[in-house]
Amino acid sequence: MGVNERAQELIDDFNLFEDWSDKYEYIISLGKDLPEMKKEDKKEENLVKGCQSQVWLIAEQNGGRVYFEADSDAIISKGICALLVRVFNGQLAHEIVGNDLSFIDKIGLKEHLSPNRSNGLVAMIKKIKTYALVYSNS
Amino acid sequence: MVEKKTVFNLRDDFPTLKRKVNGKPLIYFDNGATSQKPSSVIERINSFYQKENSNIHRGVHTLSQEATSMYEEARNKIKSYINAESEEEIIFTKGTTEGINLVASGFSRKILKKGDEVLISAMEHHSNIVPWQLACEFSGAKLKVCSINEEGELDMSEFESLLSEKTKLVAVTHVSNTLGTINPVKKIVELSHKLSIPVLFDGAQSVPHMKVDMKDLDCEFYVFGGHKMFGPTGIGVLYGKKKWLEKLPPYQGGGDMIKTVTFEKTTYNDLPYKFEAGTPNISAGIGLGTAVDYLSKLDWNAVHDHEKELLKYATSEISQIEGIKIIGTAAEKVGVLSFIHKDAHHYDIGTILDQLGVAIRTGHHCTEPLMKRYEISGTARVSFAFYNTKDEVDVFISALKRALKMIL
Ligand SMILES: Cc1ncc(COP(=O)(O)O)c(C=O)c1O
Repeated sequence: MGVNERAQELIDDFNLFEDWSDKYEYIISLGKDLPEMKKEDKKEENLVKGCQSQVWLIAEQNGGRVYFEADSDAIISKGICALLVRVFNGQLAHEIVGNDLSFIDKIGLKEHLSPNRSNGLVAMIKKIKTYALVYSNS
Repeated sequence: MVEKKTVFNLRDDFPTLKRKVNGKPLIYFDNGATSQKPSSVIERINSFYQKENSNIHRGVHTLSQEATSMYEEARNKIKSYINAESEEEIIFTKGTTEGINLVASGFSRKILKKGDEVLISAMEHHSNIVPWQLACEFSGAKLKVCSINEEGELDMSEFESLLSEKTKLVAVTHVSNTLGTINPVKKIVELSHKLSIPVLFDGAQSVPHMKVDMKDLDCEFYVFGGHKMFGPTGIGVLYGKKKWLEKLPPYQGGGDMIKTVTFEKTTYNDLPYKFEAGTPNISAGIGLGTAVDYLSKLDWNAVHDHEKELLKYATSEISQIEGIKIIGTAAEKVGVLSFIHKDAHHYDIGTILDQLGVAIRTGHHCTEPLMKRYEISGTARVSFAFYNTKDEVDVFISALKRALKMIL
């Protein structure tokens, strides 16, 4: 599945939820299921700036595809990491760069997770896109 | 004890408290960040722009003269409210941060020399750390830091031992924004004055919870802002003893702060205008006067009792939740309750509480060195004002339980 299909899958999942607590419970459960990052990778240079909680993001490329690993010390942030990993992990670099991020809006996270909430969603996406951009040029 | 009815009467004065957030009635427990404003303050600012707007200190016309008198009347109200000697000691600033920077900048250029020391404490807000670091960097002076104990109280014997003839200023917060600790300000003044050391207090977090009296306190500088004391943002006050304000050089240059300007030499205006360059936040100054009117009418004994009761109740309720640890357990505290949970991140707690209509602050509260002292990354902080109620504490506690259930 490409970025858009994965994003659509997520939108379909979120459409099932009735209210905020279902959404958050889902995000939290995604966070709990996301494997923990290796301790040695949780270092300063992998920190995503602009989050109130600590969020780490690492990426590597293989055959034009970018693979992400992310973690956080806060469970909601970790759940958001999981969402993003689910959409972007293993995708073609140029597809990641080109995604318009409208899925964030469509899963109804925009109102709850707007940039000024210091949850770092915006910062995380920026870092994901930067990695993809670097890899798509190399 | 404020009768329940009295508290509700006060609540009616604050329109923001009536709104809903995420479909729930707002419970505003972030008063340490900023307080809500009574209608009188809101209306005062509105009416200034509707009917009275004009620049001050420079017009011959009626509007300007009226605006000038209103602005100066606000200064006079503040002077009386904090029991200062004269209006010359009341400098309008844009807030606590600017007040501290003004004093720090003056000290660095005029008073501090290499080898001198400035003494602060381990519980300071960044606003009362960074300006002194800059001043020390500029002048070659050294910053000394007095430790605190596990409860969050100043180590007063260490404080005393850190004072010496090298100490040129003591700059300490009156009330800690993170811990709620009320520092022994009178003792600090007494010990410092024994060695003729001037004292500056950061009053940002004290003025919302108590009346302060400059003559009684006898400190050299006292700094606070309007927005945490039910007044507007963008306005604050630096109180300074006249003798000390005269010693300090101007902070910024510009209009209003001068007597005469030539390209060869400019002479500066008298106090307080020497420190008030440029057009100030006029409506906010007048609005702060109205906030002071409001605070002057409060029964402060009742307010103290009520806030104490809220803190006691919230502390005892929250202590019963497993895994919670309170950060800041000083014997003397204002209504500030910082806590952590052993398995739940403060960010998660704050996010879920917000969904439930409860506004709290999470993070390091601009006190990173203090967080380091407790070896934590941040706390969740509840901070009360006199308009909060026990019923709100009940809602908060059940919301917190629900949040923990979701997170854990
Ligand atoms: C103790 C203390 N000092 C200084 C400040 C800075 O105040 P302001 O940002 O309004 O200038 C604050 C505000 O958070 C504070 O709590």
